Amino acid sequence: MGLSLALEEQGVPTAPVHTHVFARLAKATSLAGGRPTMRNCFVPQPVVGVSAETLRGYIEGTDAVSGRPFMQEVIDALTQPLSDADVKGATFERSTPRLLDPDTPDNLRELFLQNRWTDFLPIILPTEERVEAMLKGTSLPRDRIVGRLRPTAFRESWEFDVEKVAVNAVMAGARPEYLPVILAMASSGITARSSSTTSFATLSVINGPIRQELGMNDGIGAMGPYNQATATIGRAHGLLSTNLQGGSTPGETYMGSLGNWLAYTACFSEAEERSPWAPFHVDQGFKPGDSTVSLFFGGWYTESGYGPRDTWQDKFRRCLSALEQFLPPLIVMDPLVARGFEELGYSKEKLIEWCAENARLKARDYWDDMAIQTLIRPHGEAGVEPFASRLRADPDEMIQIFRPEDIHIVVTGGETQAAFKMFGGRYAIGGRGTANLTKPSILIDDWR
Amino acid sequence: MAGKITVHDPRGYPPKVEGKRLAPRLQSLDGKVVYLVDCLFDNSEVFMEQLRQWFALHLPAVNTKVIKPRESWVDDPIMRAKIAEDGAAAILGVGL
Repeated sequence: MGLSLALEEQGVPTAPVHTHVFARLAKATSLAGGRPTMRNCFVPQPVVGVSAETLRGYIEGTDAVSGRPFMQEVIDALTQPLSDADVKGATFERSTPRLLDPDTPDNLRELFLQNRWTDFLPIILPTEERVEAMLKGTSLPRDRIVGRLRPTAFRESWEFDVEKVAVNAVMAGARPEYLPVILAMASSGITARSSSTTSFATLSVINGPIRQELGMNDGIGAMGPYNQATATIGRAHGLLSTNLQGGSTPGETYMGSLGNWLAYTACFSEAEERSPWAPFHVDQGFKPGDSTVSLFFGGWYTESGYGPRDTWQDKFRRCLSALEQFLPPLIVMDPLVARGFEELGYSKEKLIEWCAENARLKARDYWDDMAIQTLIRPHGEAGVEPFASRLRADPDEMIQIFRPEDIHIVVTGGETQAAFKMFGGRYAIGGRGTANLTKPSILIDDWR
Repeated sequence: MAGKITVHDPRGYPPKVEGKRLAPRLQSLDGKVVYLVDCLFDNSEVFMEQLRQWFALHLPAVNTKVIKPRESWVDDPIMRAKIAEDGAAAILGVGL
């Protein structure tokens, strides 16, 4: 849609073609682009995975929304004269008031539910008093602009200030002292409510002294519902993403087919003191005394296991080859596992190198993947390495699927079991598969 | 007002929307270059090839050209400039 809007701006008439499940989204995007009468055309879902004959049938069939012959819709989109509405477009402002009209708590909770301003778990109503108390968690002025968020590329970005973040922090049940972490997350520009059809979540890892200041739990149940700070900070990232980006409504601003439980909350802290290795944020160039939050986009798959046992290499190879090849892993391991690898002579860096070397698939399998086809293949065709080499590989050749820089390790857990997990977690912002990346670790101390 | 409380609106600040016109339409596609923009979504290449074949069969006077952006979901001003320079219209798909 973004390309179509831009081409219309350049004077080129367009007929954007979508599948019918995107009809509401296409309408909303057209409206937000000031061109509500964009001449969208629709074929049935799915396009992915169907034969050329089926696609030809779509083309020769009827528009999946209007019911008119599809190609007539396309040709009309490019040739029918402009109406007044086509010429005028739509100019409007959408104000969001600072305060809502007074009402009873029960009615207000219902209003928040009806407007999808919640995650459908109970919220703390953001009264003026509670928001004032929350704002005491930072020295920054309430009207300082924190950042912008949007559910995906080509959607409009909404802006927000410190007070708006505080409002959502109250709703999540956070304490005022958590606010700097939540502000740092909000400032990242990374939504925890991506509209991707793949149902991504956003995982957050806390490093540095703030872990202890806030009483975070990196022991037993570190990734579970056993700590107010991690539970509510992760939840706040989700709520603020929903409300500060302009919604996360299925069919309009959220298109994840399966959804993702990790979207409720997915925040944990690293057990820095019990890890044999440098903390994650130090790997990224921060000082040990810095407090940071690092964001990982994904949370789609999870592989789990014990280790390192005698057969750990086979286990890791099986796990790594089973991962979605577009989404590199964030490997989270108990300190027992990390120390076990250290005793085997593996530093964190050496283990990551081993994983990258041994995470392999047949080239045929690697390329037979929706996300790889959509997002990586263009880079391979453009000659960008290592994707070009992967594209040239014989279909039966076992090719590396991750680069060392794609793989990350964080240590946490209570040492009741030598357990590890591999989560889908892409630690990067920017063009997918390109070198144009920004590492999303944010210094919390800037938001105190 | 008994029992009533005041709470904050949790939403961010949406940008103002400026109305924009659609591009002028063509009287006919005959003899014109129509770009078929393969948005790189999985299988859209096959869809665009079927679309190209449909035009060749049913509207042979239309000169279709398939073109691809450099990346998915990322703007490609160079591609847009090419379309604007020698294209009369564009059909984009499949996917947003």
